[in-house]
Amino acid sequence: MGAKLFGASVKRREDPRLLRGEGRFVDDIKLPGMLHAAFVRSPHAHALLRGIRAEAAAARPGVARVFTFAELARWMKPLPLFGAIPPGLAARVDVTMRQVAQLAMARDRVRHVGEIVAMVVADSRALAEDAAELVEVDYEPLPAVVDMIAGGAPGAPLIHPEWGDNVALRFKTGFGDAAAALSAADVRVQERFYVQRYVGMPMETRGVVAQWDPRDGSLTTWNGTQVVHFVQQGLVTALGLPANKIRVIAPDVGGGFGTKATGYPEDLLIPAAAIACRRPVKWTEDRREHMMAAAHARHQVHDIEIGATREGKMLVVRDRICVDLGAYNSWGIVLPYNTVAHLLGPHRVPALDVECRAVVTNKTPNAPYRGAGRPETVYAMDRIVDCLARELRMDPAELRRRNYLAEADMPYEIDIPYRDGNRLVYDSGDFRANLDAALEATGYDRLRAEQAAARSERGILRGIGISGYVEGTAIGPYEGATVRMDASGHAVVATGACSQGQGHETSFAQVAADALGIPLDWVTVVGGDTAAIPFGVGTFASRSAVNAGSSILDAAVKVREKLTAAAAALLEAAPADIEIEDGQAFVRGAPASSVSLERVVRSALPTFAKPGAVTADFEATVYHHQPTVTYTSAVHIAHVEVDPGTGAVRLLRYVVAHDCGRLINPMIVEGQIHGGVAQGVGGGLLEEMVYDEQGQLLTGTFMDYLVPTAMELPPIETVHLEYPSPRNPLGIKGIGEGGAISPPAAIANAVEDALSPFGVRVTRAPLGPDAVRALLVAAEEKKARDAGAGGGRA
Amino acid sequence: MTREIRLEVNGQTRVAHIEPRTSLADCLREALDLTGTHVGCEHGVCGACTVLLDGEPVRSCLLLAVQAVGHAVTTVEGLAPSDPAGAGSGLSPLQQAFQDKHGLQCGYCTPGILLTAHAFLRDHPTPTHDEIREMLAGNLCRCTGYHFIVEAVEAAARAAAGHQPA
Repeated sequence: MGAKLFGASVKRREDPRLLRGEGRFVDDIKLPGMLHAAFVRSPHAHALLRGIRAEAAAARPGVARVFTFAELARWMKPLPLFGAIPPGLAARVDVTMRQVAQLAMARDRVRHVGEIVAMVVADSRALAEDAAELVEVDYEPLPAVVDMIAGGAPGAPLIHPEWGDNVALRFKTGFGDAAAALSAADVRVQERFYVQRYVGMPMETRGVVAQWDPRDGSLTTWNGTQVVHFVQQGLVTALGLPANKIRVIAPDVGGGFGTKATGYPEDLLIPAAAIACRRPVKWTEDRREHMMAAAHARHQVHDIEIGATREGKMLVVRDRICVDLGAYNSWGIVLPYNTVAHLLGPHRVPALDVECRAVVTNKTPNAPYRGAGRPETVYAMDRIVDCLARELRMDPAELRRRNYLAEADMPYEIDIPYRDGNRLVYDSGDFRANLDAALEATGYDRLRAEQAAARSERGILRGIGISGYVEGTAIGPYEGATVRMDASGHAVVATGACSQGQGHETSFAQVAADALGIPLDWVTVVGGDTAAIPFGVGTFASRSAVNAGSSILDAAVKVREKLTAAAAALLEAAPADIEIEDGQAFVRGAPASSVSLERVVRSALPTFAKPGAVTADFEATVYHHQPTVTYTSAVHIAHVEVDPGTGAVRLLRYVVAHDCGRLINPMIVEGQIHGGVAQGVGGGLLEEMVYDEQGQLLTGTFMDYLVPTAMELPPIETVHLEYPSPRNPLGIKGIGEGGAISPPAAIANAVEDALSPFGVRVTRAPLGPDAVRALLVAAEEKKARDAGAGGGRA
Repeated sequence: MTREIRLEVNGQTRVAHIEPRTSLADCLREALDLTGTHVGCEHGVCGACTVLLDGEPVRSCLLLAVQAVGHAVTTVEGLAPSDPAGAGSGLSPLQQAFQDKHGLQCGYCTPGILLTAHAFLRDHPTPTHDEIREMLAGNLCRCTGYHFIVEAVEAAARAAAGHQPA
């Protein structure tokens, strides 16, 4: 099998329709008789629901129905929960966890601003929104839990009163003798780091269309989701229908980033409305709703300490982590444990001591977002490593070089389980090579010299920041693929993985076309449709290329064997002598024997004269088992300039040296890195979901929640290193999330480096101008105090 | 309470029955089935809904449809060669540059960016990278990090100037 397309920067096949404005997003779907939904959402962070009066809204012209919890009670099954503790993890880590399932509509209590209390369905969205304003809700406000540290302490107001406190999850883990290592360390550095609440913010908001067909009792729903089969399963539970009666389709989806990979109330409420009204219903989230009701993310506090020898050999890391979950613990172990499993990253550290607690607060529920615990933990680790370098008066690159693992160390086990319960064993990579490649691409030594000159000669403050991560990607346990030939000799590939812009129609077709021996254009990739394949997991966790790609490869190889057998019968040759290339089958060494695959496929169909040459079965389905993750890694270097007068941070350069194994499509990989870095830069400099002390969301528009524009981002320079993974047949690793992991840490390190003349310590993200100015003002005040105190003594 | 308006869209006169409060974006999408114009924020920041009004980029979410009466509206559907059976892949040179340079991922912000860039290149046929970035600053893209968009716009400019695409 020749690899002609694998590894090539093939232009994307999905682009022409998107460029012509012919994409089909959920909000583009229009059905006859369609109604439109609008939601009444809580204006309070925490309140008891005392009553709802909907008569005025229901009486408005054009309003079909107003639904409150009571009308929908029979469908109000708990929303899906994720992140159960797998046995392998439970066997080694004692986790105390509480999960309470959210209901699609609040019954008697609201727990965050934006929680749904009623739904209006009307002839148009405008009419539905008008009527929603008329729904009167009696709230009895309760004290809100906003700060995660205070909220986790005894005596805080209770969000789920049956728990007795707000701590949803607690565990400790580690290895080695951390206490002994700390007391033996020459140098110890500790600090508290705060990573803010920031989010995926896809440009397309969420949306759902549902159509009920009373003739056969089937539901079709279009949902801008990353996880069609999860949405289907949630509907199976809530509606009591078998899976084959519920078809979930994710058409073109305008970005996901994890935000669209969780279960949402609207996934159920819109289908319920369609069934109740016996008419199609559409809901398109507006941006304000998105900011208050689509999943939030990040938001952790780390009290971290590192111990090392005077030569910079790391001996131990101790971390006390608090994770803010928002109002519900829908994702269980996922975010807290990801945080712990990725803390040490590329470093060799012989002892680890971690305690983690996750707290519910009266804020929008959190869910995994591009990186899912990794950007937070890498922020804490790379910040404390830079603090250690300063303490040791050692160059931060040199300190990392002395502690980073190299190819000779692989496979390398960190002696705690991974989140999936398997051993945490890095399968491949050379983290020191990543570092060296990034330093070389940056021209690190030259940049350091320039930095010193700029500072001393011109008073310009420039800084260089390094961050490295190792990321468990492509979590299993599976994604399936069906590959089948049609009567034209072309192929259809169906998989549960859904694309939100990652280019599956191109990269998956590259894998399939190579394996089948047909041109790229002959492959049609179908993702995001439960009718195309019965079982699936979905696209998140940098998992689709590895999980779906491996299944596509294996299924295509099986189909090729069937085609070979049919061609052998047709050409009266031995199967071992059959070649398939460019959609033609021929006997090796006899190109004149060449026949099209269309003829090969048709030769298997019975005619009046004779049965088919072979069984007309040119289809194969494979559910590749991926028991555990494969490890992608990278080193990022940020070069910044800080204006001490305004506090503005300008990114001058951004360099990424990374390893995601073999590249299916280098152009697409590069695009994934660029986009990830851009979101990470947003987290490092701009983005934060801000709540006031009452739990009111203060960032409700793009004027308050700032995502990076083209002006904030420099060109992103990438270096590809390829250490193939031994854990899948393609040798690939996931790359969807990685770009977003390191920028907050690299930028924070660079800013602290730039401001080193002032002796500031950066402990919080993001570093907007106000935050940078506050650091400088505090440093000046401290200097003045110290000078005053020193003067007194003199 | 709808009223009939006539709009000139992509060189054709179109009739829409809309409420006076309907935004131009909603009118294009709902009344005229031109769903290539995307709505990202409905408060004039993200730029996804950008269309051209008499050749100039405007936010169609901030404009009422009735305000567009008497003006020429261009949407993304008006950028591509009109005959799909015609030459090439049915993409304008700018659209082609976006495919060549991987200037889009999910494609949601893309129509607005194409129209902004289309008007920009008409007025700035040989732009610098900095000028391209400044032009793009009014359009949010969450997927690409903008770098390949900058390259695509630059490639389109070079192609229009008769150079080989870089």
